Amino acid sequence: MKNSLRKNVVALFFISVSIIFLVKLFYIQVLNEEYKFSAKNNVLRYDVLQPVRGLVFDRDSNLIVSNQPAFDIIVVPREVTKIDTTVFCNSINILKVDFIEKLNSAIEYSKYRESIFEKQIDAITAANFREKLYQFPGFYLRKVTKRIYPHKNLGHLIGFMGEVSSKKIKEDNFYIKGDLLGVSGIEASYENKLRGKKGMSIRLVDVHNRTQGKFNSGEYDTLAIRGKNLISTIDIELQNYGNQLLNDKLGSVVAINPKNGEILSLVSSPNFDPEKLSGKNRSNNYKKLINNRTKPMFNRALLGEYPPGSTFKIINSLICLQEKTLNVNNFYNCDGKYFFEKDRSVKCHKHTSKVNLSDAIKYSCNPFFCENFERYFNKFDSSEEAYKNWFAHVTSFGIGDWMNNDFFSGRKGLLPKADYYNTYYGKNNWNSSTIISMSIGQGELLITPIQLANVSAIIANRGFFYTPHIIKTIENELSIDSNFTNKKFCSINKEHFKYVIEGMFDVVNSKNGTAYNAEIARFNICGKTGTAQNPHGDDHSIYIAFAPKNNPEIAIAVFIENAGWGSKWAAPIGNNLIQKYFELKDK
Amino acid sequence: MRKAKNIFENIDYLSVILYLVLVFIGFFNIYASEFNDDANEIFNLSKRHGKQLLFIFISSLIAFFLIIIDWKFFFSLSFLIYALSISSLILILFVGKITNGSLSWFDFGSFRIQPSEFAKFATSLALARYINLFSIKKFNFSKTILCFGLVLIPLLLITIQNDTGTALVFLSFVLVLYREGLTENVLIFGLSIFLLTIMCLILDFFVFLIILFFIVSVIFYFLKKKKKNIINILVLFVFCIAYSYSVSYIVKNILPKHQSDRIMVVLGQKKDPYGIGYNVIQSKIAIGSGGLIGKGFLKGTQTRFDFVPEQSTDFIFCTIGEEWGFSGALIFISLYLALLLRILFLSERQRSNFSRVYGYSVACILFVHFLINIGMTIGLFPVVGIPLPFISYGGSSLISFTILLFVFLNLDSYRLQILR
Repeated sequence: MKNSLRKNVVALFFISVSIIFLVKLFYIQVLNEEYKFSAKNNVLRYDVLQPVRGLVFDRDSNLIVSNQPAFDIIVVPREVTKIDTTVFCNSINILKVDFIEKLNSAIEYSKYRESIFEKQIDAITAANFREKLYQFPGFYLRKVTKRIYPHKNLGHLIGFMGEVSSKKIKEDNFYIKGDLLGVSGIEASYENKLRGKKGMSIRLVDVHNRTQGKFNSGEYDTLAIRGKNLISTIDIELQNYGNQLLNDKLGSVVAINPKNGEILSLVSSPNFDPEKLSGKNRSNNYKKLINNRTKPMFNRALLGEYPPGSTFKIINSLICLQEKTLNVNNFYNCDGKYFFEKDRSVKCHKHTSKVNLSDAIKYSCNPFFCENFERYFNKFDSSEEAYKNWFAHVTSFGIGDWMNNDFFSGRKGLLPKADYYNTYYGKNNWNSSTIISMSIGQGELLITPIQLANVSAIIANRGFFYTPHIIKTIENELSIDSNFTNKKFCSINKEHFKYVIEGMFDVVNSKNGTAYNAEIARFNICGKTGTAQNPHGDDHSIYIAFAPKNNPEIAIAVFIENAGWGSKWAAPIGNNLIQKYFELKDK
Repeated sequence: MRKAKNIFENIDYLSVILYLVLVFIGFFNIYASEFNDDANEIFNLSKRHGKQLLFIFISSLIAFFLIIIDWKFFFSLSFLIYALSISSLILILFVGKITNGSLSWFDFGSFRIQPSEFAKFATSLALARYINLFSIKKFNFSKTILCFGLVLIPLLLITIQNDTGTALVFLSFVLVLYREGLTENVLIFGLSIFLLTIMCLILDFFVFLIILFFIVSVIFYFLKKKKKNIINILVLFVFCIAYSYSVSYIVKNILPKHQSDRIMVVLGQKKDPYGIGYNVIQSKIAIGSGGLIGKGFLKGTQTRFDFVPEQSTDFIFCTIGEEWGFSGALIFISLYLALLLRILFLSERQRSNFSRVYGYSVACILFVHFLINIGMTIGLFPVVGIPLPFISYGGSSLISFTILLFVFLNLDSYRLQILR
């Protein structure tokens, strides 16, 4: 080979290597985006700035949920040197095993990045700890806020906070692991309003995770925006009074302003302190509450399902009036028993035998309503048709379906469809006698206290309601959800209500009414007691009421579990609460 | 004789300019890789860029001195310089200081010298002088052996120091010898061995056998089917199998773990982003994040915040790639290639084969550094620690490459006088 050619071979070799380099460089620098992404991952640290959660006030601007500064202890494992663990553990009250476990889990996450060592220690402990902080390199305090609940018995209403689940993190990218969110009550249902907006600060770090400054001089940083404050419809004094009334009882009271559907108080007893479910002893307290036989965590006002008992007679009367199978002037002779089959009867209690509608309501006369239930059925060609029509009327009172209120949880109750009986007894094989217990609010029927309170409000309004809700005003928002401001009508015409209301007025104000109380006559309360047969134990004591008779301001439902007659516990409690309402109003 | 007033007329200023441009590109990138928000004065001798400025100054003095000296000085002292260099390589085995696992530094207090850097220069001189001694165009066998001997002695001594990178550089003399008439079979043989090595490491041994058998069959088909050829091919076949078997045995069982891992990472046989592959991945991330036009001077986050290891020495190209992007890399590689080709061009215009062989040695040494150094930063070559000449931080490196280049520019300025 000639030397000149060899010269070119060497030069060509140099050139081709350079070209290979440039092709490879073009690929990794221009075509491939992966390296740019990795570079950002290397140097950018996104610090989340937690917003302050919104406050909640009651309707008279009393603070019912607030925030208090607390501290998280942060650890950067790389910087931790040998420290006196005994001093450390004593100063924040943890065990040495916990210390080791927490530190190891932090190391497992990252040696260089910070992780939360201990959550939400209170300001006093933090102050003590801060004095000793110089002895513990690698540990830092970060200021956070902690939820404070000034009233110890509002657990059901306000709810509590808990750590976000991994499922929720996937659904909503607002949350990252370790965030707290509302788990129940107002905290949960208004989570999106209360939580505010997170801020973000982007900084640059070097290979040892040491901060090197702000990314683009903080151009992309955002501040945290605090959550919105809420004004609740709750009257905290009435609520507390309701709690006192239900002290040591199992049951619930729901009071609604029928004019706008605002919930004035919602009591479920026994109650719990929401603060017990935040902070350090959370899991211990939670276990205790869950294992308690009386189920204090169970919100009876929203989730308890009971037969409505005699309170349901009001609805049946209204349906019969609407369908014109009941004449208010007709009298019925009650002989203490109603035979719906040859040898089966519904019993009644002692009262004058000749009754019209108002009397029947006043005495809660069972045979009267059985008789009218059958009459109503006889108007139709078939039981199924009658039942379907009846079903539609009952449904219009908000029974048997979701209420769509602003609570996180709820129950539908139970209102069986005609198909249920068709399957159970066979088509055309059942009639009013088969389901005669429905006429007096027993049988398959189940209703929740808040549903029944809404029924009470419908009667008070003579035929319409606003969906009950717990929040009155949201900060910086003109109005609440239109679902709560739209008037909804039930299927009964207004003129029919006066007859049943007369009866309900007598229940409280007539000497032989089931809830007679002379002391409260001035409030013009209309009510109806109920006693729900309970296959698991003593009967439940039930009461619905509203006041005053004309232009009502408050409608209530009371359920006391296993307390016997409605007149025994539920009615006095309900009347007491209404009395308190007016007393507070006059103050 | 060259007249004093002609000294500076005969210098190849294009090379000097390219040299200066590259040295200052190096300086500014060292400055960028060291840059942080405090202590950024350029003349800060406690910082690497400050020291590099000092080295540039010293190098300039040396370059000036080398230009004005008479060429006969290098010519006549070639073998002596070589002997001194070899002695220092032997001496260091006894009194050297271990840095990064290599026993390759003389330590004089705060000042350290790496004799292997100067061995490249000495070997180039000695090889040029030796070939000039006989002035034979065609190599005969014993001369070839002697030429290889001159190269192999420092290569082996440096390998013993555990400085694989620098030792690899001595393979550049094969290119020089090829230019001087060494048969191209040596290159073909080398290339075949290279391909064979890669294939046996990345392919399943069974697949490898099938491919090998296929290639041999094709060769056999095109050759005349003489008995002699059949035997030759069979011998070749057996040799290939034996060779590749021993290579994979050596790589997997005899080589130190870190070296075999590095080879496997480059061949894509092993993924280890936080271990052995960390350097390469971080270096590719830094270069890749530069994009088309780069992040701008002093704005490279990956190199400044130490994600890339050794970012001012062996991985200096990352700073160029990150802050100047593909366009910067394109200009840089073009400049570098221009210098290499310029040296080749100058070598070819020499009348004496002493100057030509020396010039080729300079070009090829620089080229192999360029090949290995940039190759490793972009993941085309295993990570072996050798500097990028004129660019990387380091006094020994900058001064020795300056000497290497300027001795050649001196010889070139005397090209009309050096006739043999």
